[in-house]
Amino acid sequence: MSVDRRAFLGAAGLCALAVTGTRSLEALAGTGRPETAPQGRRVPRWGMVVDLRRCLQADGCTDCIAACERAHNVPRLPSRAHEVKWIWREPYERAFAQRGSGYADEALRGKLVPVLCNHCDNPPCVRVCPVKATWKREDGIVMMDWHRCIGCRYCMAACPYGARSFNWLDPRPRVKEVNPDFPTRTRGVVEKCNFCEERLAQGRGPACVEACRERALAFGDLRDPGSQVREQLRSRHAMRRKPELGTEPSVYYRA
Amino acid sequence: MRDRGLLVGGLALFVAVVTFPVWYNVAAGTTARGPEPVRPAAAGRCVAPTEYMRASHMSLLMAWRDDVVRGQERNFVGPDGKTYAKSLTRTCLGCHTNKAEFCDRCHASAAVTLTCWECHIDPASLRRAGR
Repeated sequence: MSVDRRAFLGAAGLCALAVTGTRSLEALAGTGRPETAPQGRRVPRWGMVVDLRRCLQADGCTDCIAACERAHNVPRLPSRAHEVKWIWREPYERAFAQRGSGYADEALRGKLVPVLCNHCDNPPCVRVCPVKATWKREDGIVMMDWHRCIGCRYCMAACPYGARSFNWLDPRPRVKEVNPDFPTRTRGVVEKCNFCEERLAQGRGPACVEACRERALAFGDLRDPGSQVREQLRSRHAMRRKPELGTEPSVYYRA
Repeated sequence: MRDRGLLVGGLALFVAVVTFPVWYNVAAGTTARGPEPVRPAAAGRCVAPTEYMRASHMSLLMAWRDDVVRGQERNFVGPDGKTYAKSLTRTCLGCHTNKAEFCDRCHASAAVTLTCWECHIDPASLRRAGR
């Protein structure tokens, strides 16, 4: 049997396509990433809903911040240059910098709203970390490994929400009441909210949610249509911080 | 061999100088003493056999660290079949309550500087400091 050059090249092309085609099609279509783990176990997608109406009823309440600081040994530093923040309050205009709402959000202007790490679906901080000290878990939590952080602060530059803080000073002497069950950090590492992953592992909810007397914070599985967070999102209009950036935050704010 | 005295005297002086640290330690009573870490008074069993822990506790702790932080795997099943929490503060220091006389003695003797305690907390020293 004789094969001419044209037939040979055609067959070689088809072989190459068969070998590489399925993979590149998958990559182009963005499929092939299962929502459940290999064992068939359903993985939640943790998210939070902040009810601004309820939160602002209790003007000046900082129970959630205090509970978080106690649970995670967050130092309280008066200087803005050195401060360490996990959950904190930000003026509405700075937290939601989008323009063009006209008079629609007049009621919220000038109010302080609670903000924290958004645990984005598409986290820019994870992309820039040169040592994989921060990464996205399959349950959506943007985790940090303080053992591995080299303190380069690329993640702080990448985060559009200012949710990450650098330890310029040794934090331990500046922690008011040390909780021995959670480590403090050391000078030279970056830290942020971890969605209380150490409490979730014990089947408990986040400390801030537990501490909120107004029940303005709700936490749950965004993938489960019957969860409390999805229920809250269905019943009233909600917004996310800087949606135009495409980071897909998992912290929602009910207006 | 007219300078025999000089040779023998020189050799004796050399040996004396070279072995001086040994005699010095004999005189000071510090010779060949180990760090003598104090084991916990309550005679419980460790998560792994003593020989293994003595040689490889650092590898075990590093593996625990990565399992908990990066792998979300928080339980350790020991060779005895018992399950332990992979926790330095709770599991290790739960028995070895005296970090100064257990961990620090060996590490000081071997001149090993640890970074664990820059972040992780020894509850006993916290209580002593009254915090």
